[in-house]
Amino acid sequence: MQEPAPDATHAAADAAPKARVAIDTLRRLETPEGIEILLRLAGPVPRAAAFSIDLLIRVGAYLVLLPLAALAGVGLGLLLLALFVLEWLYPVFFELRSGATPGKRAMGLTVVHADGTPVGPAASLLRNLLRAVDFLPVLYGVGLTAMLVDQDFRRLGDLAAGTLVVHREDAGLPPSLPAHRPLAPPAPLGLEAQQAILAFAERSGELSAARRTELAALSGLAAAGDRDPAGALLGIANWISRGKPD
Amino acid sequence: MRQQHFEQAHAATWHRLESLLSVLEKRRVPPPAVPVQRLPRLLRSVGAHYAIARARGYSPGLVARLHSLVRRGYRQLHKPSQHWPRRMLGFVAGGFPRALRRHGCLFWLAAALFFGPMLAMGLACSADPTLIHSLVDSGQVASYEAMYDPTNRKLGRMPSRQTADDVMMFGFYVWNNLGIALRTFAWGLAAGVGSVFVLAMNGLVLGAVAGHLTQLGFGTPFWSFVSGHASLELTAIAVAGTAGLLLGRALLAPGRHTRAAALRANALQAVPLVLGAALMLVLAAVVEAFWSSSTLLPPAVKYAVGGAGWLLVAAYLGLAGRSRAAGQGPDDQA
Repeated sequence: MQEPAPDATHAAADAAPKARVAIDTLRRLETPEGIEILLRLAGPVPRAAAFSIDLLIRVGAYLVLLPLAALAGVGLGLLLLALFVLEWLYPVFFELRSGATPGKRAMGLTVVHADGTPVGPAASLLRNLLRAVDFLPVLYGVGLTAMLVDQDFRRLGDLAAGTLVVHREDAGLPPSLPAHRPLAPPAPLGLEAQQAILAFAERSGELSAARRTELAALSGLAAAGDRDPAGALLGIANWISRGKPD
Repeated sequence: MRQQHFEQAHAATWHRLESLLSVLEKRRVPPPAVPVQRLPRLLRSVGAHYAIARARGYSPGLVARLHSLVRRGYRQLHKPSQHWPRRMLGFVAGGFPRALRRHGCLFWLAAALFFGPMLAMGLACSADPTLIHSLVDSGQVASYEAMYDPTNRKLGRMPSRQTADDVMMFGFYVWNNLGIALRTFAWGLAAGVGSVFVLAMNGLVLGAVAGHLTQLGFGTPFWSFVSGHASLELTAIAVAGTAGLLLGRALLAPGRHTRAAALRANALQAVPLVLGAALMLVLAAVVEAFWSSSTLLPPAVKYAVGGAGWLLVAAYLGLAGRSRAAGQGPDDQA
């Protein structure tokens, strides 16, 4: 296989966890329930994008509240209170409600404890209060440096609070293989190859017909001269998941 | 077992978990008809299916779908507990003073770093009328002098703002003072240097202004203004400094932990201190905006209230929450 789908590489890493520790942003941790779950860490770029979205939302809120200043006394007081709340408590409020600020949610990120559980009040307060340090000297200079040095992309606030920013789990592909008459593979296949073929079959709907044919021909599993190598590969995938035709 | 049979055998369970999760994710408090109590068992079985699917090398799409279900369920199962009002009450009634007393030594250190320079500078400035200019720029000195001019009707404000609403000043005090306190804490991350600097610098300036105004003969308006909220405000700054020093100590003297582990442990213990300091400052802002600025009451009354305030703060921080002596309840980390 020339181009294993991304999921197939994880599967390959699963097959030999000790031998090949990939340098990637995937963290495995075992839950108390005895299940190993995977957390995909978020790097500086999506987090900066999330911050920008949040900043826009906050600026929008300021603009909406600005007319309060016209009311002088009371209005100005409320404006200053709102300024304080938006500056310091905006992220805490949203992180405790749903695990992510609107910006993070838009980028598909979420904040979790180091053990993968949703962030709680103490950790959320900490990581957001310490933003005051991460923000220094300008534009998150300290925070960015810390993120680039730390292997889990944690800024100082995350380090102190013991939190991680991870990608929200995506729903995954619909686990329905395109139906095809099961075909026996030409030779016994290893687990890794089987998974690559299954991944190909599950993703085949997203590929163009020409690309499907090209990938299938590269696999070398279809018989030479076969006019429909993609179909042959789908047949093998069906053989793997369903067994022999009845 | 082939994947297809596996899917047929367990699809119903996966659907049950999925529909339960989508309800729980939408509603904070699910309707009573939703079988919430099934979540742990459903999650356990789907977790087992996920492990089996991975071990048997079923298709990546199926494994990803099960993994996503497991993670969503895990998130719901470990959602932070709610009960905010009760936790807050427990925190105010005892959690905060207990947390502070646990770090009593550090609190006295922060207080010394804050009140020491304040006293020294106050005495020096009341003896030497020009000394304040070495620390505070002349424009600000002039504005302080105008604020506490005995001919003012409203205390603690610029004369031009005498009619300004108390609510505005409340907003200003919250925004300004809480900002200072939270930064005092956060900058403790710079090995404590930031906190020490903020504490000492604020102490110096406050002492200088107090000494200078007293020496000018503006003592009565100044002291009658600040006496009301000083106990809450100054103590809160010292408490925030304690929290900052706690962060600094983790980096300077981590003890038998790595610095990262010490930082995590100390930061968690600093949270109640910061929260307590913030609450004290909100209370101080209420007093400062609606009580201290009033000129209707004779200074003697205000001094008496101010003195009572110090006693109350000391009693609260020193005594509250002692009845459950050994209790280090969960409310300590509100």
